[in-house]
Amino acid sequence: MDKAVAAMQDGISARQPTVAAIGARRKARQRRELVIESGLFLAALVSVAATVTILAILFSESLGFFKTVPLIDFLTDTLWTPLFANPHYGILPLLAGTVVTSMVGLLVAIPLGTVSAIYLSEFASSRTRETIKPVLELLGAVPTIVYGYFALLVVTPALQTLWSDLPGFNMLGPGIVIGIMILPLVISLSEDAMRAVPMVLREGSYAVGATRLQTAWRVVVPAATSGLVAAYVLGVSRAVGETMVVAIAAGQNPNLTWNPMEPAATITAYIVQVALGDLPHGSIGYQSIFAAGLVLAVMTFAFNMLGHIMRKRFREIY
Amino acid sequence: MLRRRKRTEAMFKIVGIGSLALAIGTLALLFGALVVEGASRIDWQFLTSFPSRRAMQAGVLPALVGSSLIMLVTAVVGIPLGVAAAIYLEEYARRTWLTELIEVTVTNLAGVPSIIFGLLALGLFVYILGLGASILTAGLTLALLILPVVIVTTREAIRAIPVQIREAAFALGATKWQTVSHHVLPYSAAGILTGIILSLSRAIGETAPIVTIGALTFIAFLPPAPFTDQPPFLSFEWLMSPFTVMPIQMFAWVSRPGADFASNAAAAGLLLVCMTFAMNGLAIYVRYRMRKRVSW
Repeated sequence: MDKAVAAMQDGISARQPTVAAIGARRKARQRRELVIESGLFLAALVSVAATVTILAILFSESLGFFKTVPLIDFLTDTLWTPLFANPHYGILPLLAGTVVTSMVGLLVAIPLGTVSAIYLSEFASSRTRETIKPVLELLGAVPTIVYGYFALLVVTPALQTLWSDLPGFNMLGPGIVIGIMILPLVISLSEDAMRAVPMVLREGSYAVGATRLQTAWRVVVPAATSGLVAAYVLGVSRAVGETMVVAIAAGQNPNLTWNPMEPAATITAYIVQVALGDLPHGSIGYQSIFAAGLVLAVMTFAFNMLGHIMRKRFREIY
Repeated sequence: MLRRRKRTEAMFKIVGIGSLALAIGTLALLFGALVVEGASRIDWQFLTSFPSRRAMQAGVLPALVGSSLIMLVTAVVGIPLGVAAAIYLEEYARRTWLTELIEVTVTNLAGVPSIIFGLLALGLFVYILGLGASILTAGLTLALLILPVVIVTTREAIRAIPVQIREAAFALGATKWQTVSHHVLPYSAAGILTGIILSLSRAIGETAPIVTIGALTFIAFLPPAPFTDQPPFLSFEWLMSPFTVMPIQMFAWVSRPGADFASNAAAAGLLLVCMTFAMNGLAIYVRYRMRKRVSW
């Protein structure tokens, strides 16, 4: 026994490194740690670099565009015909297309999304919730190109049986499909907002004799307002940037109209249309998609900021 | 009065279930439409043929190969970058303005429409770096696109590891990186994996950025093989090859008139939806297993 202990101690002392060796090893270790940390930091910087590059490219190409096209024409001209012999560069028709399709989408997503979220958060059992949420996730995972097919070849023909004079390309069908597409996002953000409302508020409401529905409408929804608005705003942002559905099903002609039954191109559809053709690098047509992209980026950026501020607010309250 | 209240209550429940049913019903309708139109088109010939002017002879082989190769580039570039950035933000970063800036840009990138990533790629990769409309360009574009998703999900997975685990490792003399690589990462692997699968499933269906960089819609050849019979036996020529992907192929068919091409589009859509559903199903399963197993 003693022998064994002695042998072990021998072993340990034999492996005991000198002070100098420890110092060297520690230094190597610190150096390695530093290299790793710097590597991780560089990886984290990629998203900053990407953001800066996006802004730089949008601005520099747009700058070339605005050298030819005065900003005032861009914002007020009612025609967008950059590829015609007599070109006009008014963003309004494209903007109108984007606004109309997004509005139709919102008219679908806000009522459906809010009611679904109230049901999931206030009425459904946790088992129902756990089964339904993955299915909703699937709805959000369908590729947008497939939604485009759906809008053009299923939804629009179905709508045409109701309104026989609806053209094959229109903003109504894709708008509805966009609404369905952003529904999972709206539901999950709204539900988050409502579940963040403290239980005591509900219990107080029940204590004075309110039903579940009254509690939901008059206590939970008002308390979750900023979170709900955040959900809608982030939904709008997604709808505005949606590309393939409108590119396929809303038509390619810029058309300044507020009537969803008409065909019209959106900002995103225009970018796709130009990208499909073969415009030479540096031409005004090439630059025009960056100017259009800049408008889109500014819009979604504003909506995202607003949405995140609203979301932060409801988190701060409770 | 009580009865009336109960009736409104019941009615609201019906409305709530109805609106959820409408959402889920749409999903079923969409899937059903694809199956009815496209399922009969999917056969060996469809999977192994090149696109053709004649709808019935056309196939998705270049698109399948293109999608796979681009996913490979996206995964190789996007996943390490995203996971590393998440580790930095969760484990290393001190509260400085720079950290704040990184976090703001990540949130912001997550909300940028995918077509803007296409414009970025068109300006940067295609023209400034001169990579052209190649597999490499497409892969890098999608890698940037999935970056915020990977970062956010990885951070969530890492944050779920209790701080005691780290303290125990530090107490035994482990360095920060040893703690991260021996403990934090292995324990959060399932959560990270879920995020990776979901982000790739999003990337595989992306169309807009790939259209914007100028992908071809009609490709009658495959990229050069990655293996050669000459030493060094590996070739990266395929990275610079023109390509098409599943969503672009579907887009090309949707845009063409004629019922035959519509059914080709449906078949391509069905394949695409099945791929994304399979990936999402896998992610849900991994997450479910993880929840069951972990008990801190």
